[in-house]
Amino acid sequence: MTLQAWELAIGYPGRPVGSGFSLHVRSGEVMALLGPNGSGKSTLLKTLLGLLPPLAGRIELDGRPLASQRNETRARRLAYVPQALAIGFGFTVRESVMMGRTAHGGLFTGPSVHDRRVVQAAIERMGIGALAERPISTLSGGERQLALIARALAQEAAILVLDEPTASLDFGHQGKVMREIRRLADEGLGVLFTTHDPNHAARFADVALLIREGRTLASGPVASVIDLAHLQALYGTSVTAVGDPASGRQAFLAM
Amino acid sequence: MRSAVPAYAIAAAALLAGVCLAFAAGRYPVSPAELLQIVWSHLTGGPSGLPHTTETVVLQIRGPRVAAAVLVGAALAMAGAAFQGLFRNPLVSPDILGASAGAALGAVLAIFFSLGMAGIQAAAFAGGLLAVGLVYLVASDRRSADPVLTLLLGGLAVGSLLGAGIGLLKALADPYDQLPAMTFWLLGSLAASSGDDLLPLLVPVALGGATLFALRWRMNVMSLPDEEARALGAPTGRLRIAIVAAATLVTAASVAAAGIVGWIGLIVPHLARFLVGPSFPRLLPAAAGLGGAFVLLIDTLARTLAPVEIPLGILTAIVGTPCFIWLLRRSQRSPP
Repeated sequence: MTLQAWELAIGYPGRPVGSGFSLHVRSGEVMALLGPNGSGKSTLLKTLLGLLPPLAGRIELDGRPLASQRNETRARRLAYVPQALAIGFGFTVRESVMMGRTAHGGLFTGPSVHDRRVVQAAIERMGIGALAERPISTLSGGERQLALIARALAQEAAILVLDEPTASLDFGHQGKVMREIRRLADEGLGVLFTTHDPNHAARFADVALLIREGRTLASGPVASVIDLAHLQALYGTSVTAVGDPASGRQAFLAM
Repeated sequence: MRSAVPAYAIAAAALLAGVCLAFAAGRYPVSPAELLQIVWSHLTGGPSGLPHTTETVVLQIRGPRVAAAVLVGAALAMAGAAFQGLFRNPLVSPDILGASAGAALGAVLAIFFSLGMAGIQAAAFAGGLLAVGLVYLVASDRRSADPVLTLLLGGLAVGSLLGAGIGLLKALADPYDQLPAMTFWLLGSLAASSGDDLLPLLVPVALGGATLFALRWRMNVMSLPDEEARALGAPTGRLRIAIVAAATLVTAASVAAAGIVGWIGLIVPHLARFLVGPSFPRLLPAAAGLGGAFVLLIDTLARTLAPVEIPLGILTAIVGTPCFIWLLRRSQRSPP
């Protein structure tokens, strides 16, 4: 299962945001999307999710044009994990994860035994079984993010698209959420996520797409695109790299 | 997942208590035992053994009024729950899209042209549907980034225009004959309910209520932001139209039957959510039962508190305003 785009122009009618984007998200691979605020990350994400029609170019999901697929069909292949903002009305974790089954049921039917099983499995896979009956609004940001990922897993989609999964999380939860995302890709899912932290891209992604002012700055394996020169050009600021001699790993700091 | 059984039990218990109280209170009290006897004899065709007056009170006078109160309350509470979910705003009520204002303008117009009771109801019904149609037209003119907000603001704009129309008709109306009728109608009342009025109320409420009930599993996902719901695979455009149409239908029918009974659609869904949680498969039946019981209780008070009937809208406002302020303060403190 792949999500592939060629020469995309993105934006709204009369207000183009960017163009010339080509990318390929594959099963088992994590792709990081980096760019300063206003570079067009969110718009690109919405376009790839089929929520916003592209102004030009083409997107294929599983080898078929994305635009020709119905909401339900698309949702069974491609899942979206939004930022973990507060969710209204106090639905429980289980009720929220059950919403991930929307594309698998009829308009007038309630959850089946199979649906309940899939939901339970998704909740356990994210390690939040103890929180299942808690209103999602009472969870911490990190727990809420895990619940939203569980909802995407309940969709049984092959490709996961995450919008800044670590934004507004504390240091410890950032690591936990990123490790979970990596594990899901290792288990066979294709993952695309946006982030403001190049270290998350360097550490957890296979490939990265760097965008600035609506254009692709660089794209390719993280080892070749997440480096000092690219990051300085991407964010327009000087960056230093700090090395850990023991592990040989590098971390980037903005100056 | 919490079971749906308590939701139905709560709804049934509230309705039963409301019905017993409604028959037991008033100028001609009927005990639950007598009520049961009459209903039984009516069903089996046998004699009830009770005075003819009691039968008349139950079957022809209070019975239709009780049924109308339950239908109006259930309709407004279900519509309120649906709109609050759809617009992701707990302070929204069924009249938010101009349904009540449109119905009111229709009714006032009918009174102005002396069209009689049937005319008032038909005009109120048509006015409510037309107003929501107009709001939808205004809001769907362009593909908007936030369809929900556009719809709300469209409702606000159209509602205020309709309010101006009502004001104009009141100013032009005959102050001795038409104006009191308009005022009384705008404040809401079930005093004129009779058996003949039940069908035009029952049919649309049953139709709209059944639609909402059938879509209850999808209403949870519809209370997420539009893009999230679409990414989850919900056909949001069609679902939104179906839910708005059904909720408008029941609102217009209840306004046509009882005038403007404010606050029910705002307060009762909160009470129901407090008791059974926010998930629609439980919320909808609980809201319907509690709404029916609540309007029944208010109507019982309206006809027994004072020698003259008190308009329903006045009583619901006295109960509703403090509740609303409490909700407002609570929702300002922390995100709902």
